[in-house]
Amino acid sequence: MIADIKAFLSDFLVLGDPLIYGADISIVLSMVAIVFVLSYFKKWKWLWKEWLTTIDAKKIGIMYIIAALLMLFRGGIDALLMRSQITFPNEGFLDSQHYNEIFTTHGTIMILFMAMPFIVGMMNVAVPLQIGARDVAFPYLNALSFWLFFVGAMLFNLSFVIGGSPDAGWTSYTPLAGAKLDPGPGENYYLIGLQLAGIGTLATGVNFMATILKMRAPGMTLFKMPMFTWSSLITSLIIVFAFPVLTVALALLTIDRLFGAHFFTIASGGSPMMWANLFWIWGHPEVYIVILPAFGIFSEVISTFSHKKLFGYKAMVWSMVLISALSFVVWLHHFFTMGNTAAVNSVFSISTMAIAIPTGVKIFNWLFTLNKGRIEFSTAMLWALAFIPNFLIGGLTGVMLAIAPADYQYHNSYFLVAHFHSVLIGGTVFGMFAALHYWWPKMFGHVLNEKLGKISFWIFMVSFNICFLPMYFVGLMGMTRRMYTYPEGLGWMPLNVVITIGAFGMGIGFIVMVYNIYWSARYGKRDKTGDPWGGRTLEWATTSPAVEYNFAHIPKVETADAFLHMKEKGTTGQISKAPFKPIHMPNNSGKPFIQAWLMFFAGFGLVFEWYWLAIPAAAATMLVMAFRSFEYHDHHYIPVEEIERTESATGRLN
Amino acid sequence: MSSVASNQSNKPYEPLEYSTEDGRLRILGFWIFLGAEIVLFSCLFATYLVVHSHTAGGPTSKELYDVKEFMIETFLLLISSFTCGLGTHELRRHNAKGIIIWLIITLLLGLGFIYMEVNEFVKYATEEGATVGRSAFLSGFFVLVGTHGAHVSLGILWMTSIIIQLAKRGVTAVTARKVFIVGLYWHFLDVVWIFIFTAVYLTGMVL
Repeated sequence: MIADIKAFLSDFLVLGDPLIYGADISIVLSMVAIVFVLSYFKKWKWLWKEWLTTIDAKKIGIMYIIAALLMLFRGGIDALLMRSQITFPNEGFLDSQHYNEIFTTHGTIMILFMAMPFIVGMMNVAVPLQIGARDVAFPYLNALSFWLFFVGAMLFNLSFVIGGSPDAGWTSYTPLAGAKLDPGPGENYYLIGLQLAGIGTLATGVNFMATILKMRAPGMTLFKMPMFTWSSLITSLIIVFAFPVLTVALALLTIDRLFGAHFFTIASGGSPMMWANLFWIWGHPEVYIVILPAFGIFSEVISTFSHKKLFGYKAMVWSMVLISALSFVVWLHHFFTMGNTAAVNSVFSISTMAIAIPTGVKIFNWLFTLNKGRIEFSTAMLWALAFIPNFLIGGLTGVMLAIAPADYQYHNSYFLVAHFHSVLIGGTVFGMFAALHYWWPKMFGHVLNEKLGKISFWIFMVSFNICFLPMYFVGLMGMTRRMYTYPEGLGWMPLNVVITIGAFGMGIGFIVMVYNIYWSARYGKRDKTGDPWGGRTLEWATTSPAVEYNFAHIPKVETADAFLHMKEKGTTGQISKAPFKPIHMPNNSGKPFIQAWLMFFAGFGLVFEWYWLAIPAAAATMLVMAFRSFEYHDHHYIPVEEIERTESATGRLN
Repeated sequence: MSSVASNQSNKPYEPLEYSTEDGRLRILGFWIFLGAEIVLFSCLFATYLVVHSHTAGGPTSKELYDVKEFMIETFLLLISSFTCGLGTHELRRHNAKGIIIWLIITLLLGLGFIYMEVNEFVKYATEEGATVGRSAFLSGFFVLVGTHGAHVSLGILWMTSIIIQLAKRGVTAVTARKVFIVGLYWHFLDVVWIFIFTAVYLTGMVL
């Protein structure tokens, strides 16, 4: 009996690695600390009522962003562990298995659990306000989306202390990721964790498409929408058409692993290449899902801080539409070297290079927006300005990689690693940091400190280049990605030392940013106006942070840059002008939270093939959905007196 | 009845399910979701067609499929789509009883379809040794056809819950929207079946 339990625990828990023991201890300690703080300050009820059951898009957005920052921290630690291992030749800091696990979790977390929630969070914070709506189309579904993402991320992160992390890379190529070569729960964690989060993202896509198409303020035609809203619409469209492919790919591999099917096996007629195709038919549009919203943010920030209308509005929109279409016809460039004919490679080579055209159009539009503008070097603007050259380096090396014959030289080298980090950090992460500084007052009612913001910007941006520029060269020298160590005498060491210094520099930049968040929360300048930057779009028309119902009266829109137009006409007061009408709002609900955690347990059961857990949890999930279907009293009206009280508290009532 | 009443107010005729902002939003949202479902099934179809000939020495589609059975399945599902449409027709007449009757007939036809499909799967597995783990072809077959079957089963549970709500609350803007949306879902599954009928069964009998 005791021997049985011992045997079970030695599989269930990850034993024998001091790093993991350290993680175990820190996880337990931080859980205890959270429980203690919540109990000591009697905050449990507050947590449940204000956050866990909220269906307010603004709060859901904040939760997404907090989760994204935590995941950025986790993924960043993974990156620093990897860099520590390969700074010098023949190091023994991590063994090969541990290194495999870390590059897998680093990639997966950074794309799916950092970039995605950061973007969806910004969409939740800004889109309803920008279109003059009171919430998203389906607030309940929105909360469910968030909690599905959250439990998916939790499940994935649990792997490294319980059962072992996935270790087949974030692309999880078969047959390596199949049951035969990679038994155990690790890959199951990857499959189920991503499945849960992916379903949440798909629902977000549906939600924001409906929101933007149907809930815009009167007068806001499609071509008067703010550029971030445009980018969110197109991103949602890509999500709706790309994420089901991921759902299928993950489900098929899960069925292969758990039920012995043969989609991707070598034996019995399976086709391992099918996985590569399905994965990248989702995976390449995914790249544009994480970059287009950043493009939208740069358009907003550059226009605002140049104090000038965005140059080439229509060209911006159509180039995004073109990018979204092209994003679905380039997937094969991820495996030029995996045995396609020259004709097939040529087609995908050309379609890939074609994407540089609309992207180039956008770069020129930003430059022409800056041209003769009155440029204000705020922190948000610095991130946007740094984006242009840094992203350009990533984009141009992307065109180099798109040339199929040349790709045989670069493929899977550090040149590739440097390329996609240039676009993902220089594009997406810079974009999210710009958005964080730009919309922070709208989320929390105070401005982030500019001086600390600029310090963190310069440290991070310079370190980013110290880290990734040498990577191009070490890649051209022959260093391949995912190698856990290398012998002496290849001449790679000096560059690797520089890269590691840059990586730690980015860590320091991030710490300064976190300190800025802490400092500004305590001492930062409060934003009483609701319009700290001289904004042009409707999110600045309401208070900071926005009241529960966003706008007491839905603003009427006549032009693009609607709020700027209102300010010029002196009609900004109309939003808070009495008399009011009762406002229809959806009720908070604990069901999304409960349903998502039931799905977590169903998923956990599948990871360990414990069907006694998976089946009841799945059945309970269905039950919650049935309860929701029978729920008819799920909304309320905010009475006029309460609106008057809220509005006069903001000092806007006139 | 009240549809006539709404016509008197000089507005163009507006179906009840479209009469509220919420109803219009949810119907649009569901159409978008069906777009995602099309992509999902497309991937399963593509996978099936790729592995169709990869039988690994196991049973082939020609040996397995039985014309009589899949024809009956097809007719059951096609007729259920028609009766579901009659339910929507009664919805336009605001006749709760009529909707319920047609939806129950739809459900029974759906159950008949599921019964036949389960029998088919069990027969393949027990008599022919054709299980999901036998060959890539069978993995593709069971997952594609099974995903459709799972959708139909979920639709049966969903429609049952909506029949109960309709019986309790009668035809309102909310229940009308629910009937309309579950109808969209049901017709969509019918469309998918038509593709399964041609791409899986008919093609499988020839190639």
